[in-house]
Amino acid sequence: MSPLFLFLCFVALLSALGVVLAKNPVHSVLFLILTFFTLSGHYLLLNAQFLAAVNIIVYAGAIMVLFLFVIMFLNLNEDTEPHKPALAKFAAAIAGGSLLLILVAAMRDIQPVGYDPANFNSQIGMVDKLGMVLFKEYALPFELASVLLLAAMVGSVMLGKRETGERNF
Amino acid sequence: MESLSNRAKVLTKKPMTLAERAYLPAIFQGLSITMQHFFRAATKKQITIRYPEETRPFSPVFRGLHVLKRDEAGRERCTACGLCAVACPAEAITMVAGERKKGEENLYREEKYAVSYEINMLRCIFCGLCEEACPKAAVYLQADKMAPPRFERDEFIYGKDRLVEPVTPDNRSKRGIQLTPEQADKLRTQLA
Amino acid sequence: MTLPALGWQGLVVLVVFGVSLLIATYSTYAERVIAAFLQDRVGPDRAGPFGLLQPLADAVKLFTKEEFFPAGANRALFVFGPCLAMTTALMSSAVIPFGNVLQFGETAIHLQGIEINVGMLYVFGMVSLGVYGIMIGGWASNNKFSLLGAIRAASQNISYELAMGLALIAVLMISGTLSLREITFQQSSAAPFVWQDIFNWNVMKQPLGFVIFIVCAFAETNRTPFDLPECETELIGGYHTEYSSMKMGLYLFAEYINVFVASAVMSVIYFGGFNFPFQYDLRDWLVSAQGLELVTASNIITILGLVGLFGKIFGFIFFFMWVRWTLPRFRYDQLMRLGWTILIPLAIFNIMLTGGLITFGVIK
Repeated sequence: MSPLFLFLCFVALLSALGVVLAKNPVHSVLFLILTFFTLSGHYLLLNAQFLAAVNIIVYAGAIMVLFLFVIMFLNLNEDTEPHKPALAKFAAAIAGGSLLLILVAAMRDIQPVGYDPANFNSQIGMVDKLGMVLFKEYALPFELASVLLLAAMVGSVMLGKRETGERNF
Repeated sequence: MESLSNRAKVLTKKPMTLAERAYLPAIFQGLSITMQHFFRAATKKQITIRYPEETRPFSPVFRGLHVLKRDEAGRERCTACGLCAVACPAEAITMVAGERKKGEENLYREEKYAVSYEINMLRCIFCGLCEEACPKAAVYLQADKMAPPRFERDEFIYGKDRLVEPVTPDNRSKRGIQLTPEQADKLRTQLA
Repeated sequence: MTLPALGWQGLVVLVVFGVSLLIATYSTYAERVIAAFLQDRVGPDRAGPFGLLQPLADAVKLFTKEEFFPAGANRALFVFGPCLAMTTALMSSAVIPFGNVLQFGETAIHLQGIEINVGMLYVFGMVSLGVYGIMIGGWASNNKFSLLGAIRAASQNISYELAMGLALIAVLMISGTLSLREITFQQSSAAPFVWQDIFNWNVMKQPLGFVIFIVCAFAETNRTPFDLPECETELIGGYHTEYSSMKMGLYLFAEYINVFVASAVMSVIYFGGFNFPFQYDLRDWLVSAQGLELVTASNIITILGLVGLFGKIFGFIFFFMWVRWTLPRFRYDQLMRLGWTILIPLAIFNIMLTGGLITFGVIK
């Protein structure tokens, strides 16, 4: 339990709470970005530099920019917020509570596996090791994931394609 | 139809060649042009006039800020006849005439003089018609002074305090009747 | 790492930050002088000899200007935006290897802030975070022109990051490492000198990749011809319309630091970093003909390499400014078309070409 780890945990939990509790959706997104940063810090503590960098580039650098992009366009202030009925709030509380219960129950039974100092490899999180594992051992899941992304891309191109005679501006 | 001036250019919209579509040759052409200018700045004489130290010469026919002249004895020439105000197309000149008292002969040349004489520099178009209309050769537009910018509109109404030229000849405008012919010739060569 | 060594490296980090700031300060002066010369003008020449104190005068002006908050602005984020822009710009300069090792007896000082083995990804990540400063500032201003500038910055940066990353992948295929120092060492000319290795720089192996990268660097730093986020003719001042005083200054500074970092990254990745031709011959000559110790000779080479790298960086900064005062701004649809339909396919073609050349052993 290094002080750095504790600090990162503290900031991570605080900013994660901020995501949920912030009234302003833009603040919420910024808290989410901060959460990703602390997660990257955790990866760095685990000596997984590549994962940390990619987490920042992909999540904080690209996906959250798009999130922010969309939220800035939606004029989300209190006037436009739809009023939710009490029943929906009640149902949401029940659903969220049961999710929390399941998570707590699942976490309780986990036996954290400590590392074995005898055969511990500190280079396990480095780029070349990760690449070797990803392209040899897990080649099939990796390729399947790329097929999934390809399908998503084709779908978005289909949606974005202009039909004959349609003019958008 | 045939062009009358022979200067009409026929506009053709040909598809761009590969070099044109690649942009890069055009970009390098532009960069080389600006680079020529970059080195020209070091070699050629610069055309910039560094203002407070250097000033651009006024045109010889420049008509600037008005001045109310004094005669050789230092008396005000203006007799408040009002011809300048009549001549003024912009109606910028107003004046109040008064009678010269005894003992003021060294101040005013004529028996009638301008108690107040105001020119609104915001209205004035600096045409010089007042100068031409004046029978006493009292009002002149100086060749080397301009009405400077100010913050308030009423500061542009110039009264006698700012229009009448100083008593000491050194501070007087170089243009006007008190010049000797030699001085006038010198000024002309200087202005030309 | 022992503590004294850490202390030296900490000092190096501070020096790197200071140098970045200094270069950004004088970039404002250089920009104005170069603009003036390219347009047959004189440029700033009043403050100090040749106007060299102009940045100081600008700083005094910016600090003493009124701090203005627009009505309805989100005050916290309005202040946070320029700070973030500045921070991300400065952070990326920490991993750039500015020079080799300086050896003083027992202490070895690496002229590089921090060496991490994913240095290139780190720079890339910091560059991609730089857009947050612009977005947050633009949104918090509560002004539609600022928001439009922010939106443009976001979409432009995301679009050009892709082509930039793909151009870098081709370099990675040759180098096989993400560490900027390793990439620099790989580009050193072989000793003893043979003329095939005269310029063992990546730009010789990756000319197309370099062109793609430099175009993307222009877009990522929001410099003309891609300065759509602050496009004056359409958006008043873009994302910094509402900013004044030093917050405005931070945005301008961040742009110049980004230009500096982009120039440094291009020099390191494509132009051999701190390597210069004949460096080993010079060192051997110093040892054999001048009778210097090997350590001293190496230190001299390191300092010359540092100077050489800064020469390359200044060359690129000059190029950035030269282009700015030559080319007009792109239209937004042209910008997007260039990014998505020209640069990305070109970058992918470059990757395939590089792969083919590696497979057939033309380059290694």
